[in-house]
Amino acid sequence: MSKILVFANQQGKSLSSGTLEALAFGRRLAVSSGGDVEAVLMGPAAESNAKEVIAYGAVKAYVVSNPLLAEYQVDLYVDSICTIFQQADADVLVLSFDRIGKDLVGRLATRLGAAAITEVVDFKTEGSTQNWVRPIYGDKAYGEYSVTRKKVVVGLRQKSQELAISDVTRTGEIIKVDYKVPDEIILTKLIVKIQSALSDLRLEDAKIIVSGGRGLGGQEGFQLLQSLADLLGGTVGASRAACDAGWVPANLQVGQTGAVVAPDLYIAVGISGASQHLAGITNAKNVIAINADPDAPIFKRANIGVVADYRTVLPALTEKLKQVLV
Amino acid sequence: MHIIVCLKQVLDPEITPRYFKLDPVTNRPDTSESDLVLDSFAENALELAIQLRDKTLGATVSAICLGDESSDDILRRALAFTANQAVRVWDDDWEDLDGQAVGYILGQAIKNIGGAELVLTGYQASDIEEGLVGPVLAEELGIPCITLVSDIEIDDDRVKATCEAEDGCTVVGVQYPAVFTIISAESNVPRLPKVRDIRLARTKPIQLMEADDLELDPVRSQPGVKLERAYVLDREVACEILPGNDGAELANELADRLVALKLV
Ligand SMILES: Cc1cc2nc3c(=O)[nH]c(=O)nc-3n(C[C@H](O)[C@H](O)[C@H](O)COP(=O)(O)OP(=O)(O)OC[C@H]3O[C@@H](n4cnc5c(N)ncnc54)[C@H](O)[C@@H]3O)c2cc1C
Ligand SMILES: Nc1ncnc2c1ncn2[C@@H]1O[C@H](COP(=O)(O)O)[C@@H](O)[C@H]1O
Repeated sequence: MSKILVFANQQGKSLSSGTLEALAFGRRLAVSSGGDVEAVLMGPAAESNAKEVIAYGAVKAYVVSNPLLAEYQVDLYVDSICTIFQQADADVLVLSFDRIGKDLVGRLATRLGAAAITEVVDFKTEGSTQNWVRPIYGDKAYGEYSVTRKKVVVGLRQKSQELAISDVTRTGEIIKVDYKVPDEIILTKLIVKIQSALSDLRLEDAKIIVSGGRGLGGQEGFQLLQSLADLLGGTVGASRAACDAGWVPANLQVGQTGAVVAPDLYIAVGISGASQHLAGITNAKNVIAINADPDAPIFKRANIGVVADYRTVLPALTEKLKQVLV
Repeated sequence: MHIIVCLKQVLDPEITPRYFKLDPVTNRPDTSESDLVLDSFAENALELAIQLRDKTLGATVSAICLGDESSDDILRRALAFTANQAVRVWDDDWEDLDGQAVGYILGQAIKNIGGAELVLTGYQASDIEEGLVGPVLAEELGIPCITLVSDIEIDDDRVKATCEAEDGCTVVGVQYPAVFTIISAESNVPRLPKVRDIRLARTKPIQLMEADDLELDPVRSQPGVKLERAYVLDREVACEILPGNDGAELANELADRLVALKLV
C-alpha cells in the first residue's frame, strides 16, 4: 500500500500534458500497489484545476497558495513540494521529466532523502515493490531498477504515457495549504524571457514531419524539405547533426535531446537513424526513410524505404504530389 | 575565481547499434568494440569553463572526475584543454553508483578542494542520461542550480546564464557560488587542443582522492537505485524497400504509396 503524490504542473491556465501523463501513471501505479494518488498544485490556477485532477483520479488535491508561487521559481517549488510530500506522508513522488522536472527531481530526492529515478517509461511490480523501467545507453537498451530507499522520486519521460482520462463523477478532497516562504531561499531570478522566433507549428503537435539530416549536405536541401512540408501541411524537423551544422535552428531538433514527436507521418531524409534520433520518434505511426545507404539503421525503423540520393527523389516527389493533391 | 568542471567517462554514444551488447551477468556494456570517451555535454561544460577562465583575471579551472583509472584519459583531455588542475576521485569499493551517490561524493570532494564559485556539469550524461548530478550537487553544497544552460556571463558578483525554456530561452541571474548544467551550443563547441598542450598534459599530475580522504556518510554514498536487469532493445520493423530504377520512378512509387495509405 503506497501513497503516490503527483506534482501537477500547469502551463498558463491548464494542466500540462506531462501532468496528464503523470496522473495516468500514478493511477496505474496506485491500482497495482493498492494505494492512492494525491496531487499537489500551485499558482493562480491551482484552485480551479484541483477539481480537474480529482476527475483524473486523484483522491486528494493539495492547493498551495502564496502569491510568490504564481510564476515558476525553482527554489520555491523545491521547498513547497517537499513540504507537501512530508505533510502527505507520501511514498512516491511522480513528476514529468519536462523542463521543470529536470530542475526538480534531483533536488527533491536529495532533500527528502529519497531515491531518484529519471526518464521512467514503465514499472513492473515484483511482490510488494516496484521496479522502474527506463531506456539506457541512448535508447539502445532498457534497464529495470529497484529502489534501495523507502521513498522515491520518479521523473517520467515525456510522451511515454497515455494521457489520463477525466471522469467528473470522481470525488475527492481539496486541501488548502497556506505556504510561508522562508525569505532566505530565493536565490535565482529571471532577468528576461526570450520567446523563440520559430513557433508557427510546434513539432510536438505536428501530424506530418519532414525531417532532414547531415545527408542533405546544406541549407539548400532543407528548402526542398520545406516545399514538401508546405504542400503536405506539415512541418520541418532535423537531426542533431543538421542543427549543429547550423543549417536549421536548434529548436527543430528531433530526438532524445530535442523534440519527442508523434506524427502520423515522419519522412526522414538523409538521416542515418542513430538511437538518439530514433528516441524522438518512438511513437511516430508511419516512418518513411530516404537514404542513399541501404545499410543505414533508419531502414530498421522505417516501414517504407527509398534507397536513393534524395536530390533525385525529392523534387520529383513534390511535383507528383502537387498533381495529385492540388 | 575557481571554476570546477565535472567530467564523466562514458561508452561512445555513437557506437553502431550492431556492436552494442550487454554482459548478461553484470548488465554492463561490452566495451571491446567501442571506445570510452568524455561525455559530450560535459565536454561542452569543459569548453565553457576554459572560455570563462580566459575572460576572467586570476581565474582557474579544476577538472574533477569520479571514476576508475581509465578515467585518467578524459582528465588528460581536460589538461590538454589547458585546465589548471585535474582530480580523480575513486575507491575500489564503489561500484554501480547512481547519480545521487556520485553527486554526494563529488560534493564532498569539491568541499575538500576548497569549493568553487562556479561548478559546471553536463546536463545529462550520454550513457544512462540520469540528469541528476548537477541538481544533486547543488543540494549537497547548499547553492543554487541553473539547468540546461547554453551560455554564462560573469558580471561582478552575479552570473547571467542563458538557458533553454519550453519555448525559446530565458536569461537568469544568480549570485555565485552556483551549479550550472550545460547543453551544447554554438558558443561552446569543444576546441581542438594544440599538439603542444596535448604533449604537456601527458606529464601533468592528476591528484587522486579516495574515500578515506573524504568524510563520507555511509548511507548517502550508497546508490538509491540498483540496476536489476537490462536488455538490448529490438525495435526492428519490417521495411518495404520501394522498387524503381531512378529517382523519378521511386518518387512515383512513393507518391502512390502515400496516397494509397491515406497519409497525405
Ligand atoms: C547525448 C547525445 C544526445 C543526442 N541527441 C540527439 C537528438 O536528440 N537527435 C539527433 O538527431 N541526434 C542526437 N544525437 C546525435 C546522434 O548520435 C547522431 O550523431 C545524429 O543523429 C546523426 O545525424 P544524421 O543522421 O543527420 O547524420 P549521419 O549519421 O551522418 O547520417 C547522414 C545520413 O545521410 C545519408 N546520406 C548522405 N548523403 C545522402 C544523399 N545525397 N541522399 C540521401 N541520403 C544521404 C547517409 O547515408 C547517412 O545515413 C545525440 C548524441 C548524443 C551523444
Ligand atoms: N562520475 C562522474 N564524475 C564526474 N562528473 C560526473 C560523473 N557523473 C556525472 N557527472 C557530471 O554530471 C553530468 C550529468 O550526468 P548524469 O547526472 O549522470 O546524467 C555529466 O555530464 C558530468 O558533467
